Amino acid sequence: MGQITLKQVRKSFGDVHVIPGVDLDINDGEFVVFVGPSGCGKSTLLRLIAGLEDTSSGTIAIDGKDATALPPAKRGLAMVFQSYALYPHMSVRKNIAFPLKMAGMDQAAIDKKVDAAAKVLNLTSYLDRRPGQLSGGQRQRVAIGRAIVREPAAFLFDEPLSNLDAALRGNMRLEITELHQTLKTTMIYVTHDQVEAMTMADKIVVLQAGRIEQVGSPLDLYNHPANVFVAGFIGSPHMNLIEGADAAAMGAKTIGVRPEHLDISLQSGKWTSKVNVAERLGSDTFLHVTTEGIGQMTVRAGGDINVAHGDTICLTPQEGRIHRFGADGKAMA
Amino acid sequence: MARAVSTRRKIALTAAAWAVGLAIFFPVFWTILTSFKTEVSAVATPPEFLGADWTLQNYADVWARSDYPRFFWNSVVISVGSTLLGLAVAIPAAWSMAFVPGKRTKDLLMWMLSTKMMPAAGVLIPMYLLFQWTGLFDTHIGLILALMLMNLPIIVWMLYTYFKEIPSEILEAARMDGASLRNEIIHVLTPMAVPGIASTLLLNVILAWNESFWTITLTTVNAAPLSTFIASFSAPQGLFYAKLSAASTMAIAPILILGWFSQKQLVRGLTFGAVK
Repeated sequence: MGQITLKQVRKSFGDVHVIPGVDLDINDGEFVVFVGPSGCGKSTLLRLIAGLEDTSSGTIAIDGKDATALPPAKRGLAMVFQSYALYPHMSVRKNIAFPLKMAGMDQAAIDKKVDAAAKVLNLTSYLDRRPGQLSGGQRQRVAIGRAIVREPAAFLFDEPLSNLDAALRGNMRLEITELHQTLKTTMIYVTHDQVEAMTMADKIVVLQAGRIEQVGSPLDLYNHPANVFVAGFIGSPHMNLIEGADAAAMGAKTIGVRPEHLDISLQSGKWTSKVNVAERLGSDTFLHVTTEGIGQMTVRAGGDINVAHGDTICLTPQEGRIHRFGADGKAMA
Repeated sequence: MARAVSTRRKIALTAAAWAVGLAIFFPVFWTILTSFKTEVSAVATPPEFLGADWTLQNYADVWARSDYPRFFWNSVVISVGSTLLGLAVAIPAAWSMAFVPGKRTKDLLMWMLSTKMMPAAGVLIPMYLLFQWTGLFDTHIGLILALMLMNLPIIVWMLYTYFKEIPSEILEAARMDGASLRNEIIHVLTPMAVPGIASTLLLNVILAWNESFWTITLTTVNAAPLSTFIASFSAPQGLFYAKLSAASTMAIAPILILGWFSQKQLVRGLTFGAVK
């Protein structure tokens, strides 16, 4: 079981209110991702759930029981840190065994569990090495191994992939998703990378300045962003946010069109734009353009589109794909 | 071109380092040399070097005239005792300062260090009288207490900087893994801090061994360490340089040997806080 409920959770450091008050329900078995720009309080929120920070007020319940005042050791949660936080003086085997040893399990049972975890994580041949002799990806696996052996109520991940290179990050992302599908245990995952959030989450929690901006499934957030912040944050490349006459014509303060929802024509269209840079990824081409009356925009085109710096193109937003936001920044119906 | 300049720079730096090193070591070297000369040779002008009369007589005289093993034992008891007591007091203190710092932790550390800036002679009379009244004068425990208090700021500072280097995430991981505070200390923090604790111990044994102001002031016979032993050879009858040198050599030899074998730890100890 791993149901976690936050009620009016607040955290202040002196006069700085990092988390001004958060309500959140995390269901058993869910993969929840906290995402937001750096300093938005997502790591603090995770540390509050872990018990590594004390809440200033509010309650945190784990499986229906109030855990607000419990020390981290008593919460039954496992955490994977950004720095891996392995014990440098212990072998991989001892690192993975540490939580079981602390739980007072007998040696035979510990060995069995460690061997099983090592097999799942491809660490069997590294069990006698020290963390210092492992690569970043292997260290991350040891940290995950240390977390899974104790069969926690929930896993907490604090930006676990940000120290890895891009290729490895993609692999580990997949491995963690697979792990979640096998274990079916609640996972809370903190990242500033919206691609990780979109690809891994059942439920995304978008945070800004300690406040929850929106909670929903990845496609929910993509298709129906609740406000300008979420609209600009989720999706890659970012949504084009347009103010002024074009927005006013649609009765909104701001309108948003994703780069992939703009039709390109060389003859005619709603907007006329000049191409500044064409970024060719092979499968796609991202065109960074300057549009008359609007300014900078990004357009996603096919991989083989034949335009270059200095060319003029016409853009038309797709019907029904325009997001409208009011003066308060919130989405309009 | 840049390579040539850097090589020249390297040679210059090496030469300078050797020059400074030799300048610092020269008095020690001369003391050891003098200890093997006759008294006449020792005070000869110009100083005799190769043509001196070499003898082991000074060592025999010093050994016969005083109870070296007792002074040596007192030095060991006082320096090791004060260091161990200091560590016992300083480890919990440095611990809390490094991992649960309060608003005034930095001020507290600076205040502790500032006590080292006070001239010892300023409290000579109060300390002397206090030791007389409490019966601590010329006792092991009295000297252990005095030297422990004297070196405590340095011990706390050194341990504090070592503990600061241990990433707090590792301690948090231990907490998440279900370790109690006791287990966190025994299984995670202490093994990681062993090199730091070892160099703190070594440096403070040396500091306590070399201390002479308080040890000479607060002892007469029973608890007198090697510093008093050396002082006893600068007697009113006149200065016997060769014998004084022999006594000095005998007093510094044990710590010199200890230092030689623990150079690596000591260098780390002496540069504490220098490398982030």
